[in-house]
Amino acid sequence: MNDTVIEGQVRIPSGCAISGIFSRSGKRFSGESIIRSIEVMHDRSNGLGGGFAGYGIYPEYKDYYAFHIFYDTLKAKRDCEEFLERHFDIINLSKIPTTKVKEITNEPLIWRYFVLPLPTKLSESQLTEEEFVVKSVFRINTDIEGAYIFSSGKNMGVFKAVGFPEDVGRFYRLDEYEGYCFTAHGRYPTNTPGWWGGAHPFALLDYSIVHNGEISSYDANRRAIEMYGYKCTLQTDTEVITYIFDYLHRKVGLTLGEIASVVAAPFWQTIGQMDAPERERHEYLRNMFASQLITGPFSILVGFSGGLMALNDRLKLRSMVVGQKDDMVYMASEESAIRIIEPDLDWIRSPRGGEAVIVTLDKNASEV
Amino acid sequence: MKTINADRMHFKTLNDTVREAAASEKNITIDNCMGQRYIAAGLSNTTIKINGTPGNALGAYLNGAGIEVYGNVQDAVGDTMNDGRITVFGSAGDALGYAMRGGRIYVKGNAGYRTGIHMKEYRDKVPVIVLGGSAGSFLGEYMAGGVIIVLGLDTNVPIVGNFTGTGMHGGKIFLRTDTLPKNLPEQVSAHDAEKEDMDEAYEILKEYTEIFSMDLKAVMSAHYYVLKPNAKNPYKRMYTPN
Repeated sequence: MNDTVIEGQVRIPSGCAISGIFSRSGKRFSGESIIRSIEVMHDRSNGLGGGFAGYGIYPEYKDYYAFHIFYDTLKAKRDCEEFLERHFDIINLSKIPTTKVKEITNEPLIWRYFVLPLPTKLSESQLTEEEFVVKSVFRINTDIEGAYIFSSGKNMGVFKAVGFPEDVGRFYRLDEYEGYCFTAHGRYPTNTPGWWGGAHPFALLDYSIVHNGEISSYDANRRAIEMYGYKCTLQTDTEVITYIFDYLHRKVGLTLGEIASVVAAPFWQTIGQMDAPERERHEYLRNMFASQLITGPFSILVGFSGGLMALNDRLKLRSMVVGQKDDMVYMASEESAIRIIEPDLDWIRSPRGGEAVIVTLDKNASEV
Repeated sequence: MKTINADRMHFKTLNDTVREAAASEKNITIDNCMGQRYIAAGLSNTTIKINGTPGNALGAYLNGAGIEVYGNVQDAVGDTMNDGRITVFGSAGDALGYAMRGGRIYVKGNAGYRTGIHMKEYRDKVPVIVLGGSAGSFLGEYMAGGVIIVLGLDTNVPIVGNFTGTGMHGGKIFLRTDTLPKNLPEQVSAHDAEKEDMDEAYEILKEYTEIFSMDLKAVMSAHYYVLKPNAKNPYKRMYTPN
């Protein structure tokens, strides 16, 4: 008897979940609370992907790029390490500590490297240090079969897997990390199969994205961003958002607020009703960066060094609430995911569609 | 009276417990509610008090029961609700009263995007939504019947967002404000509320202000606009231009 359920025989009512916690004072807190937050929204995901990003978690290596790498085979590991040794100074490497969790199976080899580009290689390349790292990440991810760098920033790290997010958090022993910011994602893949690399967050350098939604403009965005040297290899829409942020923020130099006006641009009709300076600003951004407009439903959290940003699509087709208690800021798909860790908030509100909510570390924040 | 402690209870267990209790109890209280979905879905003949933060689709298909929430509610509250009353002593998320066809939803604070979209009415089934604060964009989009009242009490922001009443072809939206939203779509016509409009609103606002202990006179004695479908310009465009 075959009792395997196939598509169409069962409907799983769910939609991705995201959550983020940020300490403006830079006070480091354990990853335990982000697990509790995302766990409340268990039924928004279906066990095909969960993940976390933590910022400020590697203070002892804060000047080095932390590469988190999945390997399918020992050969992939050998090939990748050979590449890393040729291009980088590796000052520390280890397996990422995990715990056996019965819900998490088929894990790849998961390794972590703290690296800096070799000075000779870097000057030879005539690239900036960050561009050198980005090029190396793409090179490994496209050319070395079975090796995949899923985290490449400084003093931050991504932890992700196939499974429900709370199980993924326990698998990676996230409660043993302390940072000033954590984000989380529970996945309900709609178009592509769930696999370890396809879980959120998607990260490049210090940028990490968790995303609830589905981008209608994916292919237009992909074709545009690939012209600038990015390679979309994962067939999943969130990847392209990460590259758009890296491109517009690091390379073009737009502010995060301007990027929000590009990717979640108001309708022309709405722009037409604005006062002149604001209207001209929006007209410029929409015309200049038309290919980076993201359409379709999304709510995203963008983690970056020293800050966190929440953004909804311009129609606000996905939910998002933001709350605050003292120096702590909370952003999540559902209010319950915030109340479970902080019942007594100073305030809570829903940002408008296309309205970026950006929090950064206070000027006098503790050293991170 | 039955009290249910919902602390860390899965939504299915909670809803089974509520339905079982509703067979014999007139009053049910849920404590420590935290994100459980579908509470009181399809329920009639019971009053449920909720302490905490109920999850999405609270009171979906509600069929006569009363729900009182002492806190905020999330998305899709009263989805396709048929009868009954949902009272929220905080604010509401997106898609409040989506496709509602009867009953009343009273919110003390604000509501998110797409409040009352596709509401409809038939004979004596006239759904009502009242917000004490403001509403997000797409209020009453595709509205086909019923009454929405936005009071804008204690708020400095515009009391509605963009695209109010886009595709509206029935029903009425009352806005308690001196300034009409500047970006109303062509399918909507606006006029100052007249005596018969306010007579219609009176009974609703009387109940609303009693529940939230507000001054009915102060709430009534302000300028209201009434938005209705524009008979001269019926449903010209499918959607807002991109």
